Amino acid sequence: MQIPAPFDYVRATTVDNALELLARYGPESRVVAGGHSLLPMMKLRLSRPEWLIDINDLYELDFILRDGNKLRVGAMTRHTTLLESDEVAALFPIVRDAELVIADPVVRNRGTIGGSLCQADPAEDLSTVCDVLAAEAVIRGPRGERILSMSEFHRGPYETAVGQDELLCELRFGIRPRSGSAYEKVERRVGDWAVGAAGAAVTLAADGTVDDAAVGLTALGLDHPLAEAAAVLRGRRPDEELFARAGTLAAAACDPVADQRGPVDYKRHLADELTKRALRRACDRAAQMQEG
Amino acid sequence: MTVIHDRPSNPAAGDEDRPIGYGRIQRKEDPRFVRGQGHYLDDIVLPGMLHGAILRAPVAHARLVSIDTTNALAHPKVVAVITGKDLLGLKLAWAPTLSADVQAVLVTDKVRFQGQEVAFVVAEDRYAARDALELIDVEYDVLPPLVDARKALDPDAPVIRDEIEGRTDNRIFDWEIGDKAETDAVFASADVVVSQEVVYPRVHPAPMETCGAVADFDAVNGRLTLYETTQAPHVHRTLFAIVAGIPEHKIRIVSPDIGGGFGNKVGIYPGYILAVVGSIVSGRPVKWVEDRSENLMSTSFARDYIMQGEIAATKEGKILALRTHVLADHGAFNATAQPTKNPAGFFSIFTGSYDLLAAHCSVTGVYTNKAPGGVAYACSFRVTEAVYLVERMVDVLARKLNMDPAELRLKNFIKPEQFPYANKTGWVYDSGNYEAAMRLSMQLAGYEDLRREQAEKRERGELMGIGVSFFTEVVGAGPRKHFDIVGLGMADGAELRVHPTGKAVVRISVQSQGQGHETTFAQIVAEELGIPPEDIEVVHGDTDQTPFGLGTYGSRSTPVSGGAVALVARKVREKAKLIAGAMLETRPEDLEWEKGRWFVKGDPSVGKTIAEIAMGAHGTVALPEGVDGNLDAEVTYDPPNLTFPFGAYICVVDVDPGTGQVKVRRFIAVDDCGTRINPMIIEGQVHGGLTDGVGMALMEIIEFDEAGNCLAGSFMDYLIPTAMEVPDWETGFTVTPSPHHPIGAKGIGESATVGSPPAIVNAIVDALAPFGVTHVDMPCTPARVWAAMQGRARPPI
Repeated sequence: MQIPAPFDYVRATTVDNALELLARYGPESRVVAGGHSLLPMMKLRLSRPEWLIDINDLYELDFILRDGNKLRVGAMTRHTTLLESDEVAALFPIVRDAELVIADPVVRNRGTIGGSLCQADPAEDLSTVCDVLAAEAVIRGPRGERILSMSEFHRGPYETAVGQDELLCELRFGIRPRSGSAYEKVERRVGDWAVGAAGAAVTLAADGTVDDAAVGLTALGLDHPLAEAAAVLRGRRPDEELFARAGTLAAAACDPVADQRGPVDYKRHLADELTKRALRRACDRAAQMQEG
Repeated sequence: MTVIHDRPSNPAAGDEDRPIGYGRIQRKEDPRFVRGQGHYLDDIVLPGMLHGAILRAPVAHARLVSIDTTNALAHPKVVAVITGKDLLGLKLAWAPTLSADVQAVLVTDKVRFQGQEVAFVVAEDRYAARDALELIDVEYDVLPPLVDARKALDPDAPVIRDEIEGRTDNRIFDWEIGDKAETDAVFASADVVVSQEVVYPRVHPAPMETCGAVADFDAVNGRLTLYETTQAPHVHRTLFAIVAGIPEHKIRIVSPDIGGGFGNKVGIYPGYILAVVGSIVSGRPVKWVEDRSENLMSTSFARDYIMQGEIAATKEGKILALRTHVLADHGAFNATAQPTKNPAGFFSIFTGSYDLLAAHCSVTGVYTNKAPGGVAYACSFRVTEAVYLVERMVDVLARKLNMDPAELRLKNFIKPEQFPYANKTGWVYDSGNYEAAMRLSMQLAGYEDLRREQAEKRERGELMGIGVSFFTEVVGAGPRKHFDIVGLGMADGAELRVHPTGKAVVRISVQSQGQGHETTFAQIVAEELGIPPEDIEVVHGDTDQTPFGLGTYGSRSTPVSGGAVALVARKVREKAKLIAGAMLETRPEDLEWEKGRWFVKGDPSVGKTIAEIAMGAHGTVALPEGVDGNLDAEVTYDPPNLTFPFGAYICVVDVDPGTGQVKVRRFIAVDDCGTRINPMIIEGQVHGGLTDGVGMALMEIIEFDEAGNCLAGSFMDYLIPTAMEVPDWETGFTVTPSPHHPIGAKGIGESATVGSPPAIVNAIVDALAPFGVTHVDMPCTPARVWAAMQGRARPPI
């Protein structure tokens, strides 16, 4: 049994209550949602919060609902809920692609989208998913609510714009016609972090050319969507040559580090290969949506 | 198929689906496991029990400058803090290993691997014990570590065991076997010689239950009761008597339900000794249970063999000879659990299943700044390494000769009529029909169709691979004259008592870690005596209740203890015959046995069942002279030879050409373990071993960085396979009984772990043939497979 350092525990009842508790216990308190990142780190004593504020009773943050041309997803929505939602799969197939390869059912039953994003692990699949879908993060704190783009939300590995006294409450995804998205991941074993992954989202114009596109990489040293790839794709009709060019750009732009999952050359190759695959599938899906 | 073991219907059994004796019955132990009622080490709670925790070294190689325990001792719940200096006073700072070396219980002079035991805290609860570890101040003077075994013998390599007088290098042993001159001569005149370096990286058995102990020393009576996660309770008792100086009759070792061992629970770890010291010091029971990181980083690893293989053949594909030199990384202490005369375990079976003219192998063992251990993970004393080497070499040769690997094997197998077969390194294989197993495996796989499918897929650029491996295992050591563990001959005892009502209890010296002993051994007695298995209690794991024996590892339970149990039951049966004769007023030689009953020859209606005889034995029947009034017996079985199970495995993989990801699509395993006692348990063992094989082939490795940091300290870093990585196993069997084993059985526990990795790697290499790949080292991660496709794969160590 791995034993964390001593800590105190309190269970929040509402978002307002959670914010009060965060204010009360200050910088040495941490919010726990699914706990799949925080608790292992505590057991290894890499993380030693004095207070754990449990937000698992915040059912008000567990929702998926369509609101005009936005899909709103509560931060406490579990991976399993996202995986099983047909509405999410129809609008943003990349989410189901990614959720299928996030850990295992036991983890997915507890882990949340908000927890995943706030942990901001460089190998976090949902960070890339939210990046390429240009999601907005709704954050609440003592100074009220603010809405950030993903580029504002991310501050680097294990760091986000969510303040110590704030709570990520919701993610919002813009719904666009003629759109498709996909996620491609290589892992050493089910449940392992990605060796590398790529996500793509594509919106086609009425004439079948690319209206807008986003490509993002996971665990490959690129923490924002690849602008060069979007520029190359825009206005062009999707084809293998275009995917190959985007793949080459992704491989050039990424900055992976060698580790037990693989050396730099392999990871760079994955950036290329998985970008091609993700774009190919995203474009196919967008085209199908256009036809449908 | 060699023999269909077709048993005639058994009148004593009554219900065909509930056989008396051998057959597919549900495991007797499972009701408690499936109800969560197993009783494991950590379930043990004794009155007044304290908890221990070990402070471990954060670095791989360092002089110990000082330890300050003041702050830890000031913790209100801490009872004692024990350091190496304290143990020096008790002469317990160093303990003998199972390989004639010593291992530090707590560091006194120098840290020799990351995770080594530095101090032991005893506290009122395990939380306080763990917290107090952070209150111990240790100063280290960090030394350059030796991580790369290939550099261990360099003149400038740091000397790890400088505490041993006169030691100036890191060489543990040089060992060789086979006729070198003869082998070299065959190689010199062979048409074809192929060489390949084959690495079996360091892996870990990673049982789900980590290791632990509860020590309860009774100072008044001088008695030590030690509950331990051990596969070999009797050996531990003797060693504790020798090490701790407690008389052996005052020591009781109890091994409760064990949550997996795989060789990880053979040795005596410092934690066990520290729990005993903690109990002696505190006067209270002390529990110590390691956490996952401690288990992965400090307990017995497996493999770590760098093998230079060479194979010689005629151009027609007749294999002539094999030779190899092995560099074996044993870590900081030589603590491998193996028979004394076999420093490389049973690696000398690397001649495999082939009829060779000559073979030679040499092994050099070295120290490095890594955790000690070396024989674990269901390896049958290094048969895993041996089989992996020979089966890779045969495939390398097949490629060179442009021959089908199955065909090449069929051409070179030892033939059925050659058994018993003496190989070139001193083993006498008991029995086998290799061709039959190979052909059955090919038939189950649809081998020809698979090759056709592969050819079509290659046309389309798809990478499909078919891998073949054929293994011969060597399991069930003794005989005691050849094999011992620290001087204890490798034999096992069994005691059988038939109670007056005909129910029985059989006491055995081996200890289950999940193998189903409570069922298998009851079935052996049932087969011999005709008592239903549910009426036979199997007692094991408690040295006060069981006869002496060497324990469960190296697939030796059925070959050795199974023999003991069959013989003890026969002894009871013969005694029953004498008593039945008295009861029937007939001469014993006029009686005939049918399962469960002695009857008068020529008059089957006149007889006595075992239950009637048992009542008679304990009752008022006038017993023949020299016959005691019971129906009990005991034996110690010293096997005349080991048993040699074998099998033919075929694996089908698909490799993603863009990412190097490997999918094991099919796996066909044909096993021959001689007489099959409970087919369901055998299949379970095979399924588990095959899953192990997928783990080793695709993902498992303990790596170290240049500073000597272990990079596999958790299940986030040390990957073990899940149901998602394995296919539906397709199993088949042949039955070639062992001629010398009392019931013809051979071991099965490790066959699949031994046999499956080469099948998987051979399949991957086969898939990558279009890229000119002839070898890929394990673990075949996507990155390593892709590197091989680019022609730049490097060995993992």
